[in-house]
Amino acid sequence: MAAEREPPPLGDGKPTDFEELEDGEDLFTSTVSTLESSPSSPEPASLPAEDISANSNGSKPAEVVLDDDREDLFAEATEEVSLDSPEREPILSSEPSPAVTPVTPTALIAPRIESKSMSAPVIFDRSREEIEEEANGDIFDIEIGVSDPEKVGDGMNAYMAYRVTTKTSLSMFSKSEFSVKRRFSDFLGLHSKLASKYLHVGYIVPPAPEKSIVGMTKVKVGKEDSSSTEFVEKRRAALERYLQRTVKHPILLQDPDLRQFLESSELPRAVNTQALSGAGILRMVNKAADAVNKMTIKMNESDAWFEEKQQQFENLDQQLRKLHASVEALVCHRKELSSNTAAFAKSAAMLGNSEDHTALSRALSQLAEVEEKIDQLHQEQAFADFYMFSELLSDYIRLIAAVKGVFDHRMKCWQKWEDAQITLLKKRETEAKMTVANKPDKIQQAKNEIREWEAKVQQGERDFEQISKTIRKEVGRFEKERVKDFKTVIIKYLESLVQTQQQLIKYWEAFLPEAKAIA
Amino acid sequence: QITQTFFNIYFLKSEKNGPAINVDLQSDAALQVDISDALSERDKVKFTVHTKSSLPNFKQNEFSVVRQHEEFIWLHDSFVENEDYAGYIIPPAPPRPDFDASREKLQKLGEGEGSMTKEEFTKMKQELEAEYLAIFKKTVAMHEVFLCRVAAHPILRKDLNFHVFLEYNQDLSVRGKNKKEKLEDFFKNMVKSADGVIVSGVKDVDDFFEHERTFLLEYHNRVKDASAKSDRMTRSHKSAADDYNRIGSSLYALGTQDSTDICKFFLKVSELFDKTRKIEARVSADEDLKLSDLLKYYLRESQAAKDLLYRRSRSLVDYENANKALDKARAKNKDVLQAETSQQLCCQKFEKISESAKQELIDFKTRRVAAFRKNLVELAELELKHAKVVSY
Repeated sequence: MAAEREPPPLGDGKPTDFEELEDGEDLFTSTVSTLESSPSSPEPASLPAEDISANSNGSKPAEVVLDDDREDLFAEATEEVSLDSPEREPILSSEPSPAVTPVTPTALIAPRIESKSMSAPVIFDRSREEIEEEANGDIFDIEIGVSDPEKVGDGMNAYMAYRVTTKTSLSMFSKSEFSVKRRFSDFLGLHSKLASKYLHVGYIVPPAPEKSIVGMTKVKVGKEDSSSTEFVEKRRAALERYLQRTVKHPILLQDPDLRQFLESSELPRAVNTQALSGAGILRMVNKAADAVNKMTIKMNESDAWFEEKQQQFENLDQQLRKLHASVEALVCHRKELSSNTAAFAKSAAMLGNSEDHTALSRALSQLAEVEEKIDQLHQEQAFADFYMFSELLSDYIRLIAAVKGVFDHRMKCWQKWEDAQITLLKKRETEAKMTVANKPDKIQQAKNEIREWEAKVQQGERDFEQISKTIRKEVGRFEKERVKDFKTVIIKYLESLVQTQQQLIKYWEAFLPEAKAIA
Repeated sequence: QITQTFFNIYFLKSEKNGPAINVDLQSDAALQVDISDALSERDKVKFTVHTKSSLPNFKQNEFSVVRQHEEFIWLHDSFVENEDYAGYIIPPAPPRPDFDASREKLQKLGEGEGSMTKEEFTKMKQELEAEYLAIFKKTVAMHEVFLCRVAAHPILRKDLNFHVFLEYNQDLSVRGKNKKEKLEDFFKNMVKSADGVIVSGVKDVDDFFEHERTFLLEYHNRVKDASAKSDRMTRSHKSAADDYNRIGSSLYALGTQDSTDICKFFLKVSELFDKTRKIEARVSADEDLKLSDLLKYYLRESQAAKDLLYRRSRSLVDYENANKALDKARAKNKDVLQAETSQQLCCQKFEKISESAKQELIDFKTRRVAAFRKNLVELAELELKHAKVVSY
């Protein structure tokens, strides 16, 4: 079956006798296991350019060249990939020795998460690079940043303009680095254009960040408090992630609208994205109608893969929502802890002041200082909790909704095909009837209609097969992305937790001699 | 019935390294007291008070009795009401064992059993049990501290009631105060605090006491504040730790969806979260013990010290009144002898109280400094230990 090789020794030279993080280590070594070939492997033929034919044996989708465990994840996606081990090393060795990780933790401490660079330490992208390389003959290298939120205008007509910076080496863009100013409704406009073009043929179009009337109103009105800055930062990060996800999609990347969005300095205002506009209301009505329709379509699912996947996504959706709720609770409590720690710090300082034993008084003041610093730590950790973990989860909950939408489109497509078949049948009946009744002109008409509907049936069948194929591919891609995303983010998050603990160590170590000095 | 089994917990104290952490007491061969065992029943806790003594007053050298919270309170109150002890800081009474919050949570858990997975339920049950055990340990510690303080005090340790408390192996039959008595107490306290305000208006001639009074008043208030804030802080900490628990469970559920590698990843992360949670829970428990409890204890002790000062002031006022009465009697030349004896008694009482109070207050400071030192050092050491475990 699959060629399995010993994983490279984990974190060479790094001490491996850690009590607690042994399991963490195992995270990255223990996934050595037999490859599982997903039961729903599509025929290799249905996967176009994305297949790496490099090591393919065609038949067994699970045939891969493995250097270590991470590849197992890809087995699930049943795509053949060739991954070089050298790229694996960095992330493997960075986990168990968090004390040494240079880049990520410090970057994380700042509330503003730096743009998720495609060519960054996220190793998996290199493999994608290779895939895309094969596909486009181009190095898939594009980095999007959303920054510098600026308030433009005043009062209720004010809006936030964001700078969208693109750095790329792709040949389809005229420059290698450029930036434009966009506002939130521009992003929504982009999404709606992409959705209208691609969703119904089965592509999973990443959903745009959500509107928030309350949030924006506060910003417009000019409330310069921390909650509105937080809101803007949250939105900025969300927009950045949205664009990152969109450009990762090889088909969407080719779309002219996307290119225009990234490149052109002036963009026609997307008015139809306003919440309370006519188009907005129409959208809401359509959504409701869709929901009703979904309930009434009974589809004969001939392909177990789809049924299985749908069920899987349902489960995943539920689980993610639950997890998200817990993480949000954590964010809340962490913030609470931070403010309570600050209050305690002040109180301890006061106590230290009134204590008349000098050494104890000094120690208590020191304690107050330590607690204040710890409070800062808690705040930063709360940011990390939120931006990394919680937002990831809510992004995926929305993405899964998009996936479900795509499945629904397939159902609608099937319905259309079914309807065409039924109509064709009726037309044939009509022709038969006309033949019996011997009405030559009607017969001709009937024959014409039959031809028309035969064509439609064929088209319907083709469409249905196409959408099914696309969905399979998309789901495969989605799963891969999901795995990558989750792993990366969770690892970063764990690293931030560790970082916090190390800071704690520093603070308490500084305090200890003070406490001991009380005589 | 889950509550039933839950609450029959036997507690055996395995550590014999002295009493609880908030006081620093010299252990003494002449009289050593500790709580060797405790049993929690439905709505009361039974403490096994164990005494080792070489004093002749006791029939045996080593013996044990079972006591309940009300009996501790009875002992404490008997000290407070004893005029002879007016010049001493009466060790503060231990707070009533309070398992209500735990009990409520347990109830809710029992009710919600159907709505969560078996795994979650077990986890939460374990958590609650740990919480319960922690509260239990704390209440045992606090009752023990009280006894040890009494045993260490040169005068109080000789008290007859104390010996009865330690030795008499029948129920002391000290019923809790009935409503009337509680009301009386309430009024007494009200009067005392009103009195306290009046009496404290009198500036003290003695610098030492003047300083102590100002210090204690301010200190007591700040300790109260710090204690409350510390409490809130440790509670938030615990909530965050609980969240980790739920996150761990959710991750576990995600991990059991299927056996692909992302799921194995989730399972591992879930384990990590579980471990982190245990550490965070321990951190918050330690903070609670070393910081919050310390502050709470000194809140009570500083109140006891304030009470001492109040008693002294009262006796001063009495003394001054007796002086005035004597002058009046001398002026009228009536009942002079009576007034003289009365004045002498007041004088003696005042001086006696002042003398012992001075010593008590000095001791209080020494104890306080030592206790803070011990706890702050231990707190820092524990925090370090936990933080290191997580990062390595």
